Amino acid sequence: MNEWSKAISNFTTDKLGVSGTYSGHRGLQIEEPLLFERDSEGRCGVDLPELPKAKNRLGAHARKGRIGLPGISEPEIVRHFTRLSQKNYAIDTGLYPLGSCTMKHNPRLNEKMARLAGFADIHPLQPVSTVQGALAVIDQLAYWLKVLTGMPAVAMSPAAGAHGELCGMMAIRAAHDARGETRNKVLVAESAHGTNPATAAACGFTVEAVPANARGRVDLAAMKAQLGPDVAAVMLTNPNTCGLFETEIREIADAVHAAGAYFYCDGANFNAIVGRVRPADLGVDVMHINLHKTFSTPHGGGGPGAGPVVLAAALAPFAPLPWVVHGKNGFEVLEKAEGDAAQAFGRLKGFHGQMGMFVRALAYMMSHGADGLRQVASDAVLNANYILASLKDDMSAPFEGPCMHEALFDDRFLKDTGVTTLDIAKALIDEGFHPMTMYFPLVVHGALLIEPTETESKATLDRFIGVLKALAAEAKEGKVEKFRAAPTLTPRRRLDETGAARQPILRWTPPKEPVRDTAE
Amino acid sequence: MRYLPLTDVERQDMLATIGVPSVDALFCDVPKAAWRDKPFDLPPHQGELQVERALAKLAAQNVPAGSVPSFLGAGVYRHHVPATVDHIIQRGEFMTSYTPYQPEVTQGTLQYLFEFQTQVALITGMDVANASMYDGASATAEAVMMANRVTRRTRAVISGGLHPHYRETTATHAHFAGFTIEQAAPNPSVDEDLAASIDDKTSCVVVQNPDFFGRVRDYSALAEAAHAKGALLVVVVNEIVSLGAITPPGEMGADIVAAEGQSIGNPLTFGGPHVGLFATRDKYVRQMPGRLVGQTVDADGRRGWVLTLSTREQHIRREKATSNICTNAGLCALAFTIHMSLLGETGFVGLAALNHAHASLLADKLAAVPGVTLLNDGFFNEFTLALPKPAAGVVEALVRTGVLAGVPVSRLYPDRPELANLLLVAATETNTEADMDEFAAKLQEVL
Repeated sequence: MNEWSKAISNFTTDKLGVSGTYSGHRGLQIEEPLLFERDSEGRCGVDLPELPKAKNRLGAHARKGRIGLPGISEPEIVRHFTRLSQKNYAIDTGLYPLGSCTMKHNPRLNEKMARLAGFADIHPLQPVSTVQGALAVIDQLAYWLKVLTGMPAVAMSPAAGAHGELCGMMAIRAAHDARGETRNKVLVAESAHGTNPATAAACGFTVEAVPANARGRVDLAAMKAQLGPDVAAVMLTNPNTCGLFETEIREIADAVHAAGAYFYCDGANFNAIVGRVRPADLGVDVMHINLHKTFSTPHGGGGPGAGPVVLAAALAPFAPLPWVVHGKNGFEVLEKAEGDAAQAFGRLKGFHGQMGMFVRALAYMMSHGADGLRQVASDAVLNANYILASLKDDMSAPFEGPCMHEALFDDRFLKDTGVTTLDIAKALIDEGFHPMTMYFPLVVHGALLIEPTETESKATLDRFIGVLKALAAEAKEGKVEKFRAAPTLTPRRRLDETGAARQPILRWTPPKEPVRDTAE
Repeated sequence: MRYLPLTDVERQDMLATIGVPSVDALFCDVPKAAWRDKPFDLPPHQGELQVERALAKLAAQNVPAGSVPSFLGAGVYRHHVPATVDHIIQRGEFMTSYTPYQPEVTQGTLQYLFEFQTQVALITGMDVANASMYDGASATAEAVMMANRVTRRTRAVISGGLHPHYRETTATHAHFAGFTIEQAAPNPSVDEDLAASIDDKTSCVVVQNPDFFGRVRDYSALAEAAHAKGALLVVVVNEIVSLGAITPPGEMGADIVAAEGQSIGNPLTFGGPHVGLFATRDKYVRQMPGRLVGQTVDADGRRGWVLTLSTREQHIRREKATSNICTNAGLCALAFTIHMSLLGETGFVGLAALNHAHASLLADKLAAVPGVTLLNDGFFNEFTLALPKPAAGVVEALVRTGVLAGVPVSRLYPDRPELANLLLVAATETNTEADMDEFAAKLQEVL
């Protein structure tokens, strides 16, 4: 019995606790304390080489006092993190249908390639003659992205989608500035991901929402009325976050251009059209591409990502540093705003971008090829429409189909049942499925946004559809208690998020009495 | 195609269920003018064997730092990463999970992020840390913008010792977000005094420790000077291993720490992905950018973890968010957490001591080469040498002899001729004494 076990499970070794066991564990669900709750000063998980005799040059700057890091051996560390991993749902475990997140299979070949010493063990400031292969990867990936989007240029350094948005909006501002135009407003579709307005604000723009029409698309007439000489750009996602293609996208682009503004397309949903439709043919001026969505680099529990940005010719000169270019003796890196890169708007991060992600994405593209990528979009859209068609009578779809790569439902089918969108999501967890995106987009009530991706089999989709049909039926039968209680089969049940925010505990702090973990 | 499970028969069945004749019919909302009926002008699909062969060929065109004596630093450091780290981060449950928006089925990610936040807070000497940023440079820019929010001021004072990429990233944000930065000139020979630049319009002073040139300094007095004027002190750390050996920013009075965490758990990877660290004082937590994991209880009263204080973030606050960051560096943060756990107190302090000792040995060997001057004697694992001729040419000459000699300062400051002869040299636990002797001997040959 120790402080941890008291805090975590309210159990003692001679009495059954809330877990229904003496240990607090439940079969394969193993309770695991924090690293800091198992400290021993006598243990260490590394064996370092001997310290050579050398002059100490730190003097008065030397650290005094203990840091407070626990000492733990390697087997304990391996078990700790393995146990933690087993509390996670993942695409490797099952369907992960988060809308607008594109949780597709992450091929292990990509991992193997990114770990080749020639990619993983090179320093970003090595002489360029020693990293020609790395620069070739950047150049080849850039080429694939340009061909697939039809755009003439790409900025490779952004580290994620939102970072790419920032890159695109900065390029737009720089282009207006270069023409001596002051335009301070950005129009953002109502259905946009929250990063769009946050990004525009981070570039010093004021943000105005463009409403959606009854068909779930941008209201073209309303947008035209909002356009004016103060508008720098319009930000849209296409296909949009309702899973719908913007049918009037070319008219939108024409109107944006006629007003002297630029058309920013959020490329989060590029998976729906990759290999079939080029954003350039839709009138897009700038678009970021989430390599961690369309091009299969792992989400990693929240990152890292990569967000290269394709640019129209008018915006290309403003792309941020560094630029990889073809020189006399192979590839060169332009790291200063001079020469061809004289108008570069600055720099967004250290060094040259997310090389590890570039290798993975290129391996994915080469594996699929032009034919395979086209099939990716086709199957992604087919899978989503299969879900929409299979569930539209059991749940409620706010818009007429077909959809693109994700199927949107609202909560009208739950009306007067006492069951909410959140309850459906939590009940799905007990059924062994990760929930869909909930309550987003905001343009419909109680949204449930389902993106299956192309890497799910029909058999998986059929099981998922069957479960949702059953849950919808149970909700309509009024089995509210079941839904309220869900999930009950998970390592933790519903967590108190309000309490967490009210009195934030954001780190472990040492208890007054030292705690030693003796349990196993 | 090995990644696509649907068969043609299944596709036909599904189309029948949907009630359309073909997949093309599902794309009917795409304007006809944008339809492309032929595959793109790109190579066709390839098997694993062919892809592996092609990429291995490109990899072979690079010189891995580990294949030769290598002494590059300048914000990215080659350390030994224990085998356990890469094994665990490749567990699919971690690697292929999303941001933990459903806490009941992502307690693994949430707990390690809570442990990560704790580790970062402990080593920096700060109260609280977030769940990671993209990298050190972007974290630094975010730190300045946070200081602007906290102080409601818009002028930041930037040290000449801040990494040039961090300076440029911050300057880029300043230009677009509309705040002012006053940048001191980089000068490795002078102990700059930024206190005089602080006034009642200053939001923060940004310093780096050890600085870009490798110097270790005490910024306690600067912290006091900043606080006296109502400004914050932002301390940037490029080489996080240094915190095992030197006084942490928290003990100097730092208000925000922005750091690069690559050295712990993460390979060089040509500069990315790496992991930005971000720590501050409790009182400023609601102005922080990025995700935070907090402790709570579940419906049965058991301890658990959730993403918290999300009212700061873009998905809730939209244009009023503290930052637009969404995806961060989750898996790199996991690598950091595992490596730091393996090190523990003894290992982290020992690793830092080893780095310092190796750098100290190397500095003595290189300073003994005729014509070479060691510019700074108070350093951790990186120092600046003044050479008798431009460092870029020396580095190129040394590459031809099979030594990656360090980073010529001119690579990052090409427009400052007064820095052209300076060479940044780093040593870590991975450098052997034989590597060092080879470097010194070859340096003497090429000078």
